[in-house]
Amino acid sequence: MTDDTDNRRRHFLGVATGVMGLVGVGFVAYPFLASWRPSARAMALGAPVEINVGRLEIGGLLKVEWRGTPVWVLRRSQDMLETLTMPEVVSGLRDPESRQSEQPEYARNTHRSVREEFLVLIGSCTHLGCAPLERFEVAPADLGPDWRGGFFCPCHGSTFDLAGRVYSGVPAPTNLVVPPYTFTDDNTIVVGLDTEV
Amino acid sequence: MSATQPEVSRKLGAAGRLNEWVNARFPLQKLLAEHITEYYASKNLNFWYGFGVLSMFVLVIMIVSGIFLTMSYKPSATEAFASVEYIMRDVEYGWLIRYIHSTGASAFFVVVYLHMFRALLYGSYKKPRELVWILGMLIYLALMAEAFFGYMLPWGQMSYWGAQVIISLFGALPLIGEPLVEWIRGDFFISDITLNRFFALHVIALPLVLVFLVVLHIIALHEVGSSSPDGVEIKENKDARGVPVDGVAFHPYHTYKDVVYITIFLILFSLVVFFAPTAGGFFLETANFDPADPLVTPEAIHPVWYFTPFYAILRAVPDKLGGVILMGAAVMVLFFLPWLDRCKVKSIRYRGWQYKVALGLFAVSFVVLGWLGLMPATGFYLILTQIFTVIYFAFFLFMPIYTSMEKTKPVPERVVYHA
Ligand code: HEM
Ligand code: FES
Repeated sequence: MTDDTDNRRRHFLGVATGVMGLVGVGFVAYPFLASWRPSARAMALGAPVEINVGRLEIGGLLKVEWRGTPVWVLRRSQDMLETLTMPEVVSGLRDPESRQSEQPEYARNTHRSVREEFLVLIGSCTHLGCAPLERFEVAPADLGPDWRGGFFCPCHGSTFDLAGRVYSGVPAPTNLVVPPYTFTDDNTIVVGLDTEV
Repeated sequence: MSATQPEVSRKLGAAGRLNEWVNARFPLQKLLAEHITEYYASKNLNFWYGFGVLSMFVLVIMIVSGIFLTMSYKPSATEAFASVEYIMRDVEYGWLIRYIHSTGASAFFVVVYLHMFRALLYGSYKKPRELVWILGMLIYLALMAEAFFGYMLPWGQMSYWGAQVIISLFGALPLIGEPLVEWIRGDFFISDITLNRFFALHVIALPLVLVFLVVLHIIALHEVGSSSPDGVEIKENKDARGVPVDGVAFHPYHTYKDVVYITIFLILFSLVVFFAPTAGGFFLETANFDPADPLVTPEAIHPVWYFTPFYAILRAVPDKLGGVILMGAAVMVLFFLPWLDRCKVKSIRYRGWQYKVALGLFAVSFVVLGWLGLMPATGFYLILTQIFTVIYFAFFLFMPIYTSMEKTKPVPERVVYHA
């Protein structure tokens, strides 16, 4: 009886069946895993939003929702813009020239914006996604004498300057993200559409 | 035996005949004997050994109260918060069912942490119980996931921002991070879609996994047998019938004693449910009484108390990837305990001073880190966090060294009673 059994053949068939079965499982698993990706409806809801910045006062911050995340528009005063080149600010930054950070090419400059005055940012900390707080006052007690205004994340204490550039020694690795946006006229920003360069 | 059976069965009553009918078709008697009436555990098990049964008891509480909550809860971003208010105010006894479930979550971690600490005291993770320990760790991971998904459901401010922070942790992984986060959320932000899938995981997927793992945990334990507070293996000393001389049957001896533990547990549990269901913001955080707002993060954000030790470790290093890796390591390192501990003696009663000191420091660091996780991660708090993170990891990293230097006391042949 045992002599008639071709064990090698039996083993081969067993392994072959197992492997085919696994391939089948893989094919069936794919649609289930893929069903977790953003659905067509979620994609469609990512449409651009229009923001009217005409009535935003100087030094004022506007918060709107785009794709469910906060987008900020800060109208910077001349004093605020001057802080961006102060040595006590620049020397403390991790990525002052925004080399490792995420922004459209047209916002990769010192002021990180299309027009100097208007800073457009995604208000979501690049550490773990909390919404940082605006702390525009100079040298408050809790942030130290070198603080020239910027953003402070309450979750794990990351700090950013008035161009959303991250300071070093905090958990956030990169500058706040600048979303794609464009000015359709002097007073209107559309977030989600790129500026033609 | 089988030859005499027909004769015996004629003398049986209806219940006896039913019993026999079932056992001819399903090994009921055999299972009961193996796991309950003839499962022998050491006669000197102390209260530390009660937390396993208590964990099982809490699991049942959570499943039953959870099923009833699901009947009134709505897993949608627009309705979730209101449906929880509805449960609290309009559903008859809805408040009670919800408070039982929310208090149960914290109670679960209390008993599981004590259960795990018992393993550290009496070397329960050591040979031959490595797999019991590993299955326990898998239960612990599943439990953490279950608690995280559950905390998201009320869709309050803490639910939302807690989920934001935890899901973003995966974004720290190089290359796959961002796509992975998007895949978990199913959207570009935490949305209705995310809530809906986490609901599915919370009410069906993870409970099934948990129950399955608990069954494996018990089967593995009953294969090797329970340890004893002396670290004496009772199986090494059996009488003529093959019963361990230092063992008593799980039922009725241990079960009756466990009823006392369950009673004490229920007294404490009811005190919280009826008089302090939020436990001053510890069990139900104050910020979660505001509905989720994607534009504003609450002033101070931290997870519920049972995650804060790991949350503190996350914040110990001011680096995104570094913090995430350290936090993951703090949990994962526990899996390796059976192989890090080189000491042959199991019970702390007979171990050297090295392990006693190390375990004491470890327990202190865990509690202090839990407190630090609730505090802001700046200045003095940050330095303390870093110090205690080092102590936490030192317990494991130096374990192979200090446990092989221990001068142990002789372990008795038979179990002993300590006054
Ligand atoms: C749902 C959660 C859990 C349930 C229902 C559960 C249940 C039990 C029960 C009933 C016992 C026997 C009684 C006792 O020795 O306390 C036990 C033993 C044990 N459990 Fe768990 N357990 C859970 C989680 C865990 C976790 C998270 C760990 C560790 C990571 C763990 C590790 C162990 C070990 C090592 C033993 C053997 C104890 C000994 O004989 O010394 N368990 N478990
Ligand atoms: S999320 Fe902002 S510092 Fe962590």
